[in-house]
Amino acid sequence: MTSLDDNSKEKLRSVSVDLNNDASLVIDIPDALCERDMVKFTVHTKTTLSSFQKPDFSVPRQHEDFIWLHDTLVETEEYAGLIIPPAPPKPDFESPREKMHKLGEGEASMTKEEYAKMKQELEAEYLAVFKKTVQVHEVFLQRLSSHPVLSKDRNFQIFLEYDQDLSVRRKNAKEMFGGFFKNMVKSADEVLISGIKEVDDFFEQEKTFLLDYFSKIKDSTAKAEKMTRSHKNIADDYIHISATLNAICAEDSVGVEIRGLLEGRVASDQELKLTELLRYYMRDIQAAKDLLYRRARALANYENSNKALDKARLKSRDIPQAEEHQQQCLQKFDRLSESAKKELTSFKGRRVMAFKKNLVEMAELEIKHAKVSLTAHPIKHTV
Amino acid sequence: MSASLNRKPPLFPETEEPEPDMADEDSDEGEDIFVSNSKPESVSRGVSQPERVPEEPEDLFSEERCRSTKANGVHPDDDTDLFAEARTDFNSDKSSSSAQKELSDTPSTSSFSRTPAALHSTSLEQLEEEEAKSSFDVDVAVTNPEKVGDGMNAYMAYKVSTRSSLSMFKSKAFTVRRRFSDFLGLYEKLSVKQSLHGCIIPPPPEKSVVGMTKMKVGMDDPSSVEFLERRRAALERFLQRVVSHPLLLQDPDVREFLERDDLPRAVNTQTLSGAGFLKMITKASDAVSKMTIKMNESDTWFEDKFQEVEAEEQQLRKLHVVVDSLVNHRKELCVNTAIFAKSMAMLGNSEDSTALSRALSQLAEVEDKMEQLHQEQAASDFFIFAELLADYIRLLAAVRGCFDQRVRSWQRWQEAQSTLQKKREAEAKLLWANKPDKLQQAKEEITEVCLVHNIVTFLLFWSSCCGGRAVGCIISATKALSLLKQEQSQF
Repeated sequence: MTSLDDNSKEKLRSVSVDLNNDASLVIDIPDALCERDMVKFTVHTKTTLSSFQKPDFSVPRQHEDFIWLHDTLVETEEYAGLIIPPAPPKPDFESPREKMHKLGEGEASMTKEEYAKMKQELEAEYLAVFKKTVQVHEVFLQRLSSHPVLSKDRNFQIFLEYDQDLSVRRKNAKEMFGGFFKNMVKSADEVLISGIKEVDDFFEQEKTFLLDYFSKIKDSTAKAEKMTRSHKNIADDYIHISATLNAICAEDSVGVEIRGLLEGRVASDQELKLTELLRYYMRDIQAAKDLLYRRARALANYENSNKALDKARLKSRDIPQAEEHQQQCLQKFDRLSESAKKELTSFKGRRVMAFKKNLVEMAELEIKHAKVSLTAHPIKHTV
Repeated sequence: MSASLNRKPPLFPETEEPEPDMADEDSDEGEDIFVSNSKPESVSRGVSQPERVPEEPEDLFSEERCRSTKANGVHPDDDTDLFAEARTDFNSDKSSSSAQKELSDTPSTSSFSRTPAALHSTSLEQLEEEEAKSSFDVDVAVTNPEKVGDGMNAYMAYKVSTRSSLSMFKSKAFTVRRRFSDFLGLYEKLSVKQSLHGCIIPPPPEKSVVGMTKMKVGMDDPSSVEFLERRRAALERFLQRVVSHPLLLQDPDVREFLERDDLPRAVNTQTLSGAGFLKMITKASDAVSKMTIKMNESDTWFEDKFQEVEAEEQQLRKLHVVVDSLVNHRKELCVNTAIFAKSMAMLGNSEDSTALSRALSQLAEVEDKMEQLHQEQAASDFFIFAELLADYIRLLAAVRGCFDQRVRSWQRWQEAQSTLQKKREAEAKLLWANKPDKLQQAKEEITEVCLVHNIVTFLLFWSSCCGGRAVGCIISATKALSLLKQEQSQF
């Protein structure tokens, strides 16, 4: 059931999500407002579950609320054996804002049409960033809702229902400090995970695979970002050229303009599909790695408890306590390993499906664009 | 061996066939207008060639015949007439039918009896027949740069081949080796002599310290190969423009350049020589005098044309900047795509699901292919578009030089006038004071000054006429840019 749900959910990372057969909890973000530096999302829930007060309701949420939810989930002990979906990244309007600023400065040197066109392109870019961030937040919630265990989390329900400002539940100062501490722990974990001796073959494999894959996908993401940026630059250049040609010649340089728009569209599509895909999975793999860290920590605890038990036996003191402690650790570790195994296998399937879908979509879009550009300007010479 | 061929990347092989016709068209005799007209026309034709392959041959032949019906040499009386035609030629939208129509009107005014039927035949033999009768037929090419010498004294020698049936040359076809400073020397000599006549001397390519040092040191990277190719193409265009200008062709210096095996080293083109410094100083003083003395323009035609030229130059400069940035960004895209492709390949390798792994590696391959395409695109952008723009910008600068010449002659005229005035006053004074010997001296001085004054006046008006006509051609050439954008839309 889990894998099926997850598969079908990962299928659509665009606006509409076909949320599995279980319609007991359907979440989407139909609306979002952008003010100054903040984005306010409207989280809309439709549910048949009795644990909620109403069957259909909406609440406004900010980005920080999402982060709070994610962190609480991570900190919950019971979910140590699960892959917690990665937190959505902060909405970043820096790049279009910068460009808008530059455009404003260079307004004097451009013709009116050029300026209008550049402005249009910028607005489109702004809109694209906006759509992306809404999407990412939506996916986060949807993954939570389709997970059998996580969807029942109390904090999750509060997040969905509580119609007043959630900020009272966020202790900001502690969070920031906690965040810093967490990073330190994480780097310690990296050392731990590479040093620990793995008993289980499956986990050994997974570990090597994930570590390797993570570094590669991080690399690919960075390169893909650079490539899309170059594409966008070229599209901008085309706009400038068409404007200047317009000024020189009486006739309209429509051909160049279309080319420019196409390039821009190709660039943004590529970005949306490919780069976003890579970015998302980079984060997801990080989440999987986190699971492995937790397990490794549990294992370390178990081994420590073993050592403690041995020491206690030696000293013949506190033996029952140590034994109990050891038992607890063992249990915890076993539970963790079991759920981790399940999660990781389903994760693999999910990943392959998502890649497939996005790559196919990207290829189809690029073919469409190429066809358009070919028919718009038939290449008259026979090459 | 036509120039435009060498300038194009191999992407347009089928244009080969009409090329020889275009070269011959260049070499046509007839009015300097048409010949200089043909230069920009053929350039633009070359660029727009792919769209017009079936129509071209007909058009070229008909035009060529029209011109051959004109009288040889410059006819001052036909000036305004021909000039008007040249203008209308290019105001029409370059469609071969309209061009044909325009030109078919002109034979009626010519003094030669040539049946209009000749206009419409398209056979190659007839063209050759025409050629034999035409007396201006020179075809030059610059090829094959080779490195001569070693170390800091090394230079590139280019092969300059000429093919001609003109009687003033010793043989039909000959080759010489020339180096860059030789070309510059030719340009210097021509500008000194001919600019007084108001001719527009085509500009040579610029010096480049970086490029030359790289070459001298022997670095063989792609950018220096590119540099060499640009320089070679630019030198070829320069020579062709010189050769298609009938006045310049008559110049003995040009002939010497094309024929003579061993040219004396043109030292005064070196930047660090005495002549180089002198040039810089004269340039500075010219700039100052331009700012201080304003010529009151009596002829509005010149005023208008000057404004037009300036505006065009600015536009072209802007366009050039943007195209340059496009080329750079595309090169950046190439690099980034290549890096991305490699990273994708690695990702595909480490992927354990075989289907996805295959898909990712294929994506990597596709990106690789795209990178190559982008590179080709960047190269063609550069060679066709950017270089062409730079060339026209230089040409427009030469046109402005022509205007400046005119202003300078006017200044000299004013000076001569004022000197004459002063001398006359002195003479009057002396008459008044009644000193016979001084009087004689004064009279002699006056005649001298009068002579100078007359010469300068003549030169001024002569330059105005020639410059005017030539300017008209150049202006119309820039209208050919409307074709360029069509080309660009195919990119």
